[in-house]
Amino acid sequence: MSQTLEGLAAIVNEVAGTPIEDITADKAFVDDLDIDSLSMVEVVMACEDKFGVSIPDGEVKNLRTVGDAVAYIDAQS
Amino acid sequence: MGILDGKRILVTGVLTDHSIAFHVARLAQAEGATVVLSSFGRAMSLTTRIAGRLPSPAPVVELDVTDPEHLAALEGRIREHVDGLDGVLHSIGFAPETALGGNFLHTEWPDVATALHVSAFSLKSLTMACLPLMTGEGRTSSVVGLDFDATVAWPKYDWMGVAKAAFESTARYLARDLGPQGVRVNLVAAGPLKTIAAKSIPGFDEFETVWATRAPIGWDLADPEPAARGCVALLSDWFPRTTGEIVHVDGGVHAIGA
Repeated sequence: MSQTLEGLAAIVNEVAGTPIEDITADKAFVDDLDIDSLSMVEVVMACEDKFGVSIPDGEVKNLRTVGDAVAYIDAQS
Repeated sequence: MGILDGKRILVTGVLTDHSIAFHVARLAQAEGATVVLSSFGRAMSLTTRIAGRLPSPAPVVELDVTDPEHLAALEGRIREHVDGLDGVLHSIGFAPETALGGNFLHTEWPDVATALHVSAFSLKSLTMACLPLMTGEGRTSSVVGLDFDATVAWPKYDWMGVAKAAFESTARYLARDLGPQGVRVNLVAAGPLKTIAAKSIPGFDEFETVWATRAPIGWDLADPEPAARGCVALLSDWFPRTTGEIVHVDGGVHAIGA
C-alpha cells in the first residue's frame, strides 16, 4: 500500500467510518464506498490539509475511484 | 485597529472555504472580532475542519435552527466561549430537491414548509435565541443575513425564491420589533457565488450569463469576498442607524433593467 493510499484510507475511514481494509485503489467513492457529496467534500478537504495539495472543485468529479485520487495527489505533491 | 475590534460575532453557515460565511469569519477576525461558528449534524466535522483554515482558531457550537432544544441550548453553548454577542451572521438556507429546479407548479406544501422553516423562519428563531446575549443597557448589536434578491422571479430558484421573499420580510419585522432593544437587522443580497449551496441549485449556470452581461461593475462568481465585506461592514458600527435594509452586493445587477 502506497503512503498516499494509506493516508487516504485513514481519511475515508475517519469521515465515513468505512473499514480501512475495504478501501482499495479499485473502489469507487460513490458506488462502492457510499461516500455522498457532503462526505466527499470533507474527504477532499482533509486530503488538501494532509498532503498539502489543492484539489479544485472541477477536478473532484474526475476522482471516481480511490486510485484516481491517489494518482491525482501523487501528481500534485 | 479593525472595524470589529472587541466584537464577538456568531457566524453560521461555514461549510467549506468557498462559503460566504467562511470569508465573513475570516475578515471579521482580521478586523479584530472574536468569532464563534455554528454548524449541525453531519456538517459539524466539516465545519470543525474548515475552522482550522481561519486566521485564528474558532470554536464550533452545534445548532440546528429547526430544533427547539438546540435553540434553547444555544445561549449556554455560546457562553462557554464568549460572554455575549455583538453580531450574528445568518447564512442558512435549505430547500428539498422538489422545491427547486423548475418544479414550482407541482411542489407539495410539506417541502415548501421545510424551505420556509429552514430558510426564512430561522432568521427569527436564531435572532431570538441569541437575543439575551445581544441586549442590555445601552448596548447595540447587529444581525446580518445572506439574501438573494427576491423582488423578481428567477429561473429554477422556485420556492427558494419564495423563501427569500419571506426572509426579507422577516428581517423588516425583526428590525421593527427589536430596534427598541438596539438590535439592527439587515441583509446582504449577494450576486450568485459558486458555493456548496449553489451546487445544489439546478440551472445555477443560467445566473452566470445574467451577471456576466448585466453587472455594470462586473461580478466574479468565484470571489465571495465582496459579499463578505458587505456583511462585515453591516456588522460594524459604521451603519449605526441602518436597519431593515437590504444592501445589494451584486455588481449592480439589481439596478439594471436589461
